[in-house]
Amino acid sequence: MIDLLINVTLLTFLAITAVAMVRMTDLFAIIMLFGIFSLLTAGLFVVMDAADVAFTEAAVGAGISTMLMLATLALIKAHQEKKPLGRRPWLPLVVVTVTGAALVYGTTDISNFGDPLAPPHTHVAPYYIEQSMADTGVPNMVTAVLASYRGFDTLGEVAVVFTAGVAVLLLLGSRRKKNNSTVDKEDSNDS
Amino acid sequence: MTHNLILRVVAKLLIPIIILFAFYVQFHGDFGPGGGFQAGVIFSAALILYALVFGLDAAEKIIPRWLLHLLAALGLVLYAGVGVVTMMLGGNYLEYGVLGSTQVSGQHLGILLIELGVGVTVAAVMLIFFFSFAGRSRS
Repeated sequence: MIDLLINVTLLTFLAITAVAMVRMTDLFAIIMLFGIFSLLTAGLFVVMDAADVAFTEAAVGAGISTMLMLATLALIKAHQEKKPLGRRPWLPLVVVTVTGAALVYGTTDISNFGDPLAPPHTHVAPYYIEQSMADTGVPNMVTAVLASYRGFDTLGEVAVVFTAGVAVLLLLGSRRKKNNSTVDKEDSNDS
Repeated sequence: MTHNLILRVVAKLLIPIIILFAFYVQFHGDFGPGGGFQAGVIFSAALILYALVFGLDAAEKIIPRWLLHLLAALGLVLYAGVGVVTMMLGGNYLEYGVLGSTQVSGQHLGILLIELGVGVTVAAVMLIFFFSFAGRSRS
């Protein structure tokens, strides 16, 4: 009962935040609402007993990405979103309605939350639940799966994070001034 | 930036706690929620807070950029290196069991090392993101 109440409250706030983000034009407020949206999502994950996912969502979604978007906002001049051009609003509306209807139709095929007979819960999940402690000695099953059983996947994820860092460095890393001074000289001047 | 006394004092109080929490999440990830990814993000958040309150130059004195570039690569190399070591010891790639005398102790060591690699890379890359974005507004 209390779970239902929390879920309804969180989802209501989530919907209100989403609508507010669409309606607003002040970019600073929209970024703040993005952070609130992530935090509410993290709350929903906690209610669904996915503490690890909630942790990541709160740290990355509400924390770091809000920070990075604010940093980007500080770089750009316009703090107001431009008003969209008023022509042919029916086309995006049709696309959004059809996509939304397809997604809602898709949810009817998803098994119920916590259904023990659902296909994902009858494949390898029972093995992890029964054997992960004996195999790895790690009480947190999520860590056991991420770090040990699916270690190769996690290596790929770390490689993705590293690649993203390299890409940002290539695009934004060197801080050239107008007089084309070298980066090394500039760094020594700055410090 | 010189007059924000309350901000400076609160940040100085908070930053050690945030870093301590990051280490807790890093090394307690086997037993509770968390792990290298979350710990890296929290650790970088502490340094970003420092950079926001005390300025980017002060933050770059603590962790210079070349060190961040090195750490980002080092974490990935540590992770991949664990796999290579397990292969050298006769196991499959990332089969941690061969690292220790027993299966469980090997798994413990392997998971500890690769989570450390994840944490180091994530923390360094998040800081590279922030420094790159924030650094551009100066010039």
